[in-house]
Amino acid sequence: MSSGSIRAQGLYKVFGRDPASVMPLVREGIGKDELRDSHGHVLALRDVNLSVPEGSVQVIMGLSGCGKSTLVRHFNRLVEPTEGRVSVGGVDVLALGPGRLRRFRQSGISMVFQRFALFPHKTVRANVAFGLDVRRTEGSERDKRVARWVERVGLAGYEDSYPGELSGGMQQRVGLARALATDAKILLMDEPFGALDPLIRADMQDLVLGLQAELKKTMVFVTHDLEEAIAVGDRIAILRDGEIVQNADSQELVLRPADGYIEQFTNKINRARVLRVGSVMEPPNPELASPLHCSVDMTLEDALPRVSASPGEEAPVTDGDGNVVGAISVLRILVAVAGGRYSLGDGSEDRLKRTAG
Amino acid sequence: MPEWLTSFPTLGEQLLRSVRRAFDEAYRSFSREYGEVIEAIFDPLLYLLVWFERLLLATPWWLVIAAVCALCYAATRSRKLVAWTLVTLLGIGLLDMWEDTMRTLAIISVSTLITIALGVPLGIAMSWSDRLQTVFTPVMDVMQTMPIFVYLIPVVMLFGLGKIPGVIAVVIYAIPPVIRLTNLGIRLVPEDVLEASDAFGASRRDKLIQVQLPLALPNIMAGINQTIMMALSMVVIASMIGVRGLGQPVLEAVTNQYFALGILNGAAVVALAILFDRMTQAYGRRLRAIK
Ligand SMILES: Nc1ncnc2c1ncn2[C@@H]1O[C@H](COP(=O)(O)OP(=O)(O)OP(=O)(O)O)[C@@H](O)[C@H]1O
Ligand SMILES: [Mg+2]
Repeated sequence: MSSGSIRAQGLYKVFGRDPASVMPLVREGIGKDELRDSHGHVLALRDVNLSVPEGSVQVIMGLSGCGKSTLVRHFNRLVEPTEGRVSVGGVDVLALGPGRLRRFRQSGISMVFQRFALFPHKTVRANVAFGLDVRRTEGSERDKRVARWVERVGLAGYEDSYPGELSGGMQQRVGLARALATDAKILLMDEPFGALDPLIRADMQDLVLGLQAELKKTMVFVTHDLEEAIAVGDRIAILRDGEIVQNADSQELVLRPADGYIEQFTNKINRARVLRVGSVMEPPNPELASPLHCSVDMTLEDALPRVSASPGEEAPVTDGDGNVVGAISVLRILVAVAGGRYSLGDGSEDRLKRTAG
Repeated sequence: MPEWLTSFPTLGEQLLRSVRRAFDEAYRSFSREYGEVIEAIFDPLLYLLVWFERLLLATPWWLVIAAVCALCYAATRSRKLVAWTLVTLLGIGLLDMWEDTMRTLAIISVSTLITIALGVPLGIAMSWSDRLQTVFTPVMDVMQTMPIFVYLIPVVMLFGLGKIPGVIAVVIYAIPPVIRLTNLGIRLVPEDVLEASDAFGASRRDKLIQVQLPLALPNIMAGINQTIMMALSMVVIASMIGVRGLGQPVLEAVTNQYFALGILNGAAVVALAILFDRMTQAYGRRLRAIK
């Protein structure tokens, strides 16, 4: 397995006095509330299986208290599982002794926290250097790296400030630089922008996307916000009461939500901005001769003007190499955007056509 | 009415006396046996004390004042406080209390250093172990509420009169605040900051030195401040076992009813106390302001 992949198998986490004693009940499927009220234990994760390939971004979503933070903390073993296996880059994280665990955290995996968790008594420079200091990276190498990451996250000029003197957005830039400075292949982000204003949040998302395009880290990114999840995530896992309900890419999540719980997340989203042509197109239509092509990874919003300007309001779809791989019509776009009430491929298009016609 | 209802039934004069005597005898023979060894152990401390006292007395007064003022400025960056220090020390000199003040300064400084050297590690240990905390907390309560004179008895039995028993009594009396506040300060370091240091693979030592101690420092300074105040309040009592300094004239004043002498020397102790207090507090505030 490559050094940046993450894998969790059959992960259970129960908080309380004697987790092992209630495990049989948990495996029989006792509810979270019942376990808490009658047995005094908190069920945080139940049979979580997750595999994150190297270089991809896995988002974890879910309501407050569903176990998101607990799950990501298993990957660097800030939390010990009650049962299950965690491996990172093929290494069994749970088998590491104290020294090797420290070394793994020093250079294999780093973390960004929701409430920043910066060192208030250290300057920005010293905060960013922390991970290097604990692994004794000395002198010019340390200073060079610190300067580089401070610069990269947009903190140049603030090196000697203390975190308390910075705004929330700036503080999280420090958190980000601190995590990046160790050059770890894996980045855990526990609601990194949850405490920020929407505008600053958008800036930070752009920063992360830019960094990710450049660095290709393996990222586990926790968020409450589906738009953020879609913006950064290759795959999005949605947790409910410690269980993964659905783990899919954004297209599938929006087009085929596993149940009503998932729909609660997806039904407020602007589908035209999320759905891509490739996810809703029909098979190629050889009769189409529109000069206006749409590419598979265009959003419907971007495709709509082109398609409606095409003869017959239908346009061919091309893949990255310019081959025609499908066709898309205005009607098809409308059905996809309307969502829920109509679904693709069940004849609703024909019904729409008839009512319209 | 039976007698045991009207007067408290005691264990019997005879028995109690023999128990007390046996206890005293045991301690006395212990101190006869090991007194010299123990004294030898404390010899370096005595040298330090004597050396520091001589240094303060041998240095010209203006140099001492300059040094104290410089120290004050370095610690607090407050001109006002430096001016205060200057006026106080000049006043003490004018009123002919310079030598006694230097002696007191010497013993207080050395006692404070020892208190910090012992108290901070003990506080750290207590913050690491809940069990140690439950054991030490009542011990320190006793140390602080036990009448001060009681400490003097075993110490004097062991060491006789002099500087060393004085320092030991002062340290025992004044150490609890440093221990308590070091422990508290470390325990108050926010959980999320500790989690962050763990996430970056910090060892326990790195965590202590880079995160916990710096964040606990304002609290530790508050403990040191209290410790110095308590040490100063011991000055008069320590003079009863032969510690020279500002306490002695006070003691003399009490026995001979010299009111003015008592007030002057008492005021010098208070002035020192205020000086130390403001200096350590201003330093603590500066530490806090940094974060
Ligand atoms: N140390 C702990 N001791 C006991 N219960 C805990 C502990 N940590 C978390 N829990 C419980 O485990 C469950 C999952 O917590 P977790 O913090 O992982 O949720 P979350 O999804 O991150 O929530 P949020 O969105 O509020 O951050 C919650 O019910 C929480 O109360
Ligand atoms: Mg959380």
